[in-house]
Amino acid sequence: MPVRHGLLALLGEGPSHGYQLKVDFEARTGGSWTLNIGQVYTTLARLERDGLVIEVDDPEPDPDRRTVAVTDEGRKVAEEWFATPVEVGTPPRDELTIKVLLALAAPDLDLAEVLQQQRRVTLESLQELTRRKRALDPDTDLAALLQIDAEVLRIEAQARWLDQVEQRLAVGRRPATS
Amino acid sequence: MNTTRTTTIRPGLATRAPGTEHERGDAMTAVLDIHELHRTFGSGHTAVTALDEVTLSVARGELVAIMGPSGCGKSTLLTLAGGLDEPTRGRVLVEGHDLAEQRADARAELRRRTIGYVFQELNLLPGLTAAENVSLPLELDRMRLREARRAAHAVLEEVGLTEHADRFPEDLSGGEQQRVAIARALVGDRRLLLADEPTGALDSVAGEGVLRLLRRACDERGAACVLVTHDAAQAAWADRIVFLRDGRVVDHAGAATVSLGGGR
Ligand SMILES: Nc1ncnc2c1ncn2[C@@H]1O[C@H](COP(=O)(O)OP(=O)(O)OP(=O)(O)O)[C@@H](O)[C@H]1O
Ligand SMILES: [Mg+2]
Repeated sequence: MPVRHGLLALLGEGPSHGYQLKVDFEARTGGSWTLNIGQVYTTLARLERDGLVIEVDDPEPDPDRRTVAVTDEGRKVAEEWFATPVEVGTPPRDELTIKVLLALAAPDLDLAEVLQQQRRVTLESLQELTRRKRALDPDTDLAALLQIDAEVLRIEAQARWLDQVEQRLAVGRRPATS
Repeated sequence: MNTTRTTTIRPGLATRAPGTEHERGDAMTAVLDIHELHRTFGSGHTAVTALDEVTLSVARGELVAIMGPSGCGKSTLLTLAGGLDEPTRGRVLVEGHDLAEQRADARAELRRRTIGYVFQELNLLPGLTAAENVSLPLELDRMRLREARRAAHAVLEEVGLTEHADRFPEDLSGGEQQRVAIARALVGDRRLLLADEPTGALDSVAGEGVLRLLRRACDERGAACVLVTHDAAQAAWADRIVFLRDGRVVDHAGAATVSLGGGR
């Protein structure tokens, strides 16, 4: 569970409190993943129940701000999380794949046009991501840049798949219908 | 079927994309204007139509990517745009000059002074340093040696290679060689850049570096650039993407957003 492990990892850098953890988590993930504060508090409560974090004294006590620190046990869990590769898994059912597979045999449908319409939309979303990338400074906005890179690769895979479908079917070799 | 009509050829966009006028002025003349270009290789029953009525206009400061499957005519288009080959029919205008109407020497001069080429085979001369490779086109154009070298160093700085100016190509990495080739294409204030798969075998971050350079040449120098690529992530650096199939323009991406991109 990434939120749970993410909070433990952040606490590995030093004691903190709920709101600060939310802010840090979001900043460090390039703004790609927003947490709601309630979710942070429930997660912290569970971590505390499991003995992975513990409340510590705050130099400036504030009833709304319980400062927590990671326990040795919690540190071990975070280390294990970093050391364990993420499952590659099966991607969720993808509408595009299904649409194209069904389009293969659909009567009265110009598959080349279906592919090209999708390709245009795919390229335009890549253009939008690239515009965002251009505005970033690789030195100061590294998290956001890496996050966009991941998204670009995901969408690029879609564009390459569309090309591959076309190559396998050689629909592109058919004389242009106009 | 009604909805499928939207992807068919949209010639209106090909001739005049909205917003291709650039903020730097001389908005009316496109740097590159290609009109109903046709190129057939061979004749009779072995004839191959590589380009079929392609119309395309690229404005100052604009980066246009050409995408399409192998053999669809991308390189043919670029070669014709640069005056390195002659069309069977149709016209190519560079800064308003019709290449076909120019005398051979005037066309050669236009090729040397206005157009920069970056090809996958970089064609850097192995016996010359990076700086010498870059200044060579200017020297061939009879610029004084010191001036040519100064211009070469300025563009090498622009592509981040100042420290490697005196190295020979074989002592540079692939990405660095690529940057030398781009510097050579830019030197002497060339206003039309033609790049055919310019990132070759570079890894994606180095490839992105090349795209950033082309983008900067458009944004800061106001160059017009045509980029041929198979790679969607690279094409996405362009303002506009033109899709070719069997020698024809079949679709565009990004044309509408160009008009929004006024002042940066
Ligand atoms: N000099 C030539 N003589 C004969 N046919 C040619 C010549 N140059 C290109 N062709 C043909 O014209 C068509 C377009 O070729 P072109 O090189 O422009 O394709 P391309 O889109 O650049 O392909 P790739 O992505 O593989 O580089 C192809 O069918 C090719 O075989
Ligand atoms: Mg080619």
